[in-house]
Amino acid sequence: MLDLTYDTPKPKVISGATGDWELVIGMEIHAQVSSEAKLFSGASTRFGAEPNSNVAFVDAAMPGMLPVINEFCVEQAVRTGLGLKADINLVSAFDRKNYFYPDLPQGYQISQLYHPIVGEGEVLVELSEGIARLVRIERIHLEQDAGKSIHDMDPHMSFVDLNRTGVALMEIVSRPDIRGPEEAAAYVGKLRQILRYLGTCDGNMQNGNLRADVNVSVCRPGQYEKYQATQDFGHLGTRCEIKNMNSMRFIQAAIEVEARRQIAILEDGGKVDQETRLYDPDKNETRSLRSKEEAHDYRYFPCPDLMPLEIEQGWVDDIAAALPELPDAKKARFMQDFGLTDYDAAVLTAELENAAFFEKAAQGGDGKLAANWVINELFGRLKKDDRAIADSPVSPEQLAGIIRLIKSDAISGKIAKDLFEIVYTEGGDPEAIVEARGMKQVTDTGAIEAAVDEIIAANPAQVEKAKANPKLAGWFVGQVMKATGGKANPKAVNDLVAAKLAL
Amino acid sequence: MSIDEGTAAKVAKLARIKVEPEELPHLAAEFNNILGFIEQLGEVDVDGVEPMVSVTPMRLKRRTDGVTDGGMQERILSNAPDAREGFFAVPKVVE
Repeated sequence: MLDLTYDTPKPKVISGATGDWELVIGMEIHAQVSSEAKLFSGASTRFGAEPNSNVAFVDAAMPGMLPVINEFCVEQAVRTGLGLKADINLVSAFDRKNYFYPDLPQGYQISQLYHPIVGEGEVLVELSEGIARLVRIERIHLEQDAGKSIHDMDPHMSFVDLNRTGVALMEIVSRPDIRGPEEAAAYVGKLRQILRYLGTCDGNMQNGNLRADVNVSVCRPGQYEKYQATQDFGHLGTRCEIKNMNSMRFIQAAIEVEARRQIAILEDGGKVDQETRLYDPDKNETRSLRSKEEAHDYRYFPCPDLMPLEIEQGWVDDIAAALPELPDAKKARFMQDFGLTDYDAAVLTAELENAAFFEKAAQGGDGKLAANWVINELFGRLKKDDRAIADSPVSPEQLAGIIRLIKSDAISGKIAKDLFEIVYTEGGDPEAIVEARGMKQVTDTGAIEAAVDEIIAANPAQVEKAKANPKLAGWFVGQVMKATGGKANPKAVNDLVAAKLAL
Repeated sequence: MSIDEGTAAKVAKLARIKVEPEELPHLAAEFNNILGFIEQLGEVDVDGVEPMVSVTPMRLKRRTDGVTDGGMQERILSNAPDAREGFFAVPKVVE
C-alpha cells in the first residue's frame, strides 16, 4: 500500500530586527471558464480578436439589454467545485458589484457575493516528497470579467477594448492557509493542474486566463496556530491585497517584498493599513492603490435582471459521474500500478498529455522502463527541438514498440537509443526497422563465444592482467560489444568472458 | 437609519453625480423619506414565509454555449464620443 500521509511544511520565517516573523497568505484565483461564448451573451471569448469585435450589445451595456446565462459556464463551475471536493450549492444568486471604470460599461460587475455556486473544498499542495499543505477553499463564484484599458497608445487618452467584458470567470477563494512564497506558487500550480485536468480553464497565465490576487499578512510565531484553533482573525496581522498577477515568479517575488515591507513598518512601531496594492516587477516593490480604494464602496445588491440560479442534484450527480481521474489519483495509481517513484509519477502527471502518452507507452509491458524512456529520452529529445509532446515525432505506440523490443531482449539498451533516434527522425515501425537493418541483439551464444575466443586469443597480455585483476574483464566485454556492433547481449558476454578467463 | 449630508455627498460621488453643496440637505431629506417608507415593510410579520424572488413562477432562463453574437465593431463604437483604431478612446485613466 502507498503511504499517502503527508507532513506539514514549515512556514516561511523572516528574521526581523526584533525577532522572527511568519507569513500568512490567502489567494483569490480568477480562472477564465473554457467556454466558446461569454457568461451572459453569445459573443465569442476568443483571445486576440480585433478590438471590440467580440462584443454583444449586452456586453456593451446598451439600454434594455438583458443577460441570459450560459449553462455551460455553470456546468464548469460545478465541475471545478466537484474537482476540489467542494460543496455544490443547488441555489445560488447573482449580485451587482458597483464601481465606475471605463472598461466596465455596465457600471457594475455581475458576481455572486452572498450566495456563491460552490462552497467549501480543499486542495492538497505537495511541496516535496511526503510534504504537503492542505489548503482549504472557502468558495468559488461565477462572475464577469471586465474589459481591457490600454494606457500607452496615446499620451492623453486611454483606449478601451471590450472583447473581454463579460467573459465568465470562476473566482476561487482560499482560506489563509498558505505560509510562504513557494507554497503560494505551488498552490497556483496545483490549482492550474486540476483545472486543466477538468478542462474547465485552460490555465494560460500569459493570456491572463488565470490570475491571482494575493492577500499577505505577517505575524509572530505561534499566532497562526492560535488562529487555526479559533478561526479568529484577531490573532493575525492586518493584510494587504496584491492585485492581478499572472506569473508564478512575480507572485513569489511580490509576497516576499510585501512581507518585508510590512515587517519594516511594524518594527518601526507603525501600523499596516489594510489596502489594495500593485506589484511593480521592474522596481520589485508593491505600491498602494489607495486613491482608487477610497471609491471602492461596492454597494452590492442582488441583480434584479437575474433570477436565482437553481440547479438539480441529478444534474450535479451526472457531472460528478463524468469527472476525469484527477492528478492526485492518477499519480497514486502510477506509483502503485507501475511501481514509479514519487518524482517520476509527479513529472508524468504534471500535464494530462504527458500522462496519456506515458500510459500508452507503458503498453510495451514495462511501466518503469516506459517512464524512464518518456522522461529521459523523449522529453530530452523534444526539448532539444523545442517541441511539445502533442507534436512528438515518436508516437506512444512506437515507443511501446521500442520498449517491447528491449523487454524481450531483442535489442540492447544501446541499440534501443539508436533505434529511438531512427524512429524520431525517420518514423516507421520499430520492429520492422530492427529486422530490416539487422539491429537484433545476438543472443546466439555460439556467435558470442566465437567473438570472445577471438579477442582473448589476440590479446594475451590483457588476459594476464585480467587474471591478476578481475575488474579488467570489463575491457574484454567492451571489445566483444564493439566486435559485434553493440548487438551482443551484454549479460551473455559478461558471463562468457568470466567463464573463459576462469575468473 | 438616517442619512446625513455627508452620506448624501458620498452617495453622489460614488454615483458620479455632481451635486452642489446647497442641494445636499434637500437630498438627504429625500433619502430619509424613501428609507422611512421602505422601513414600514419591517412591520409586516414574515415569520415562516418563504422569501419570494419573483411574482411569476419562472426558472432562470439559460442559453447554450455557442457564438451567436458580436462581430459588429462599428455598431458597438457608433455611439462613442471618440473611437480610434477600433478602440473606445477616453480621457486618460491612470492608476
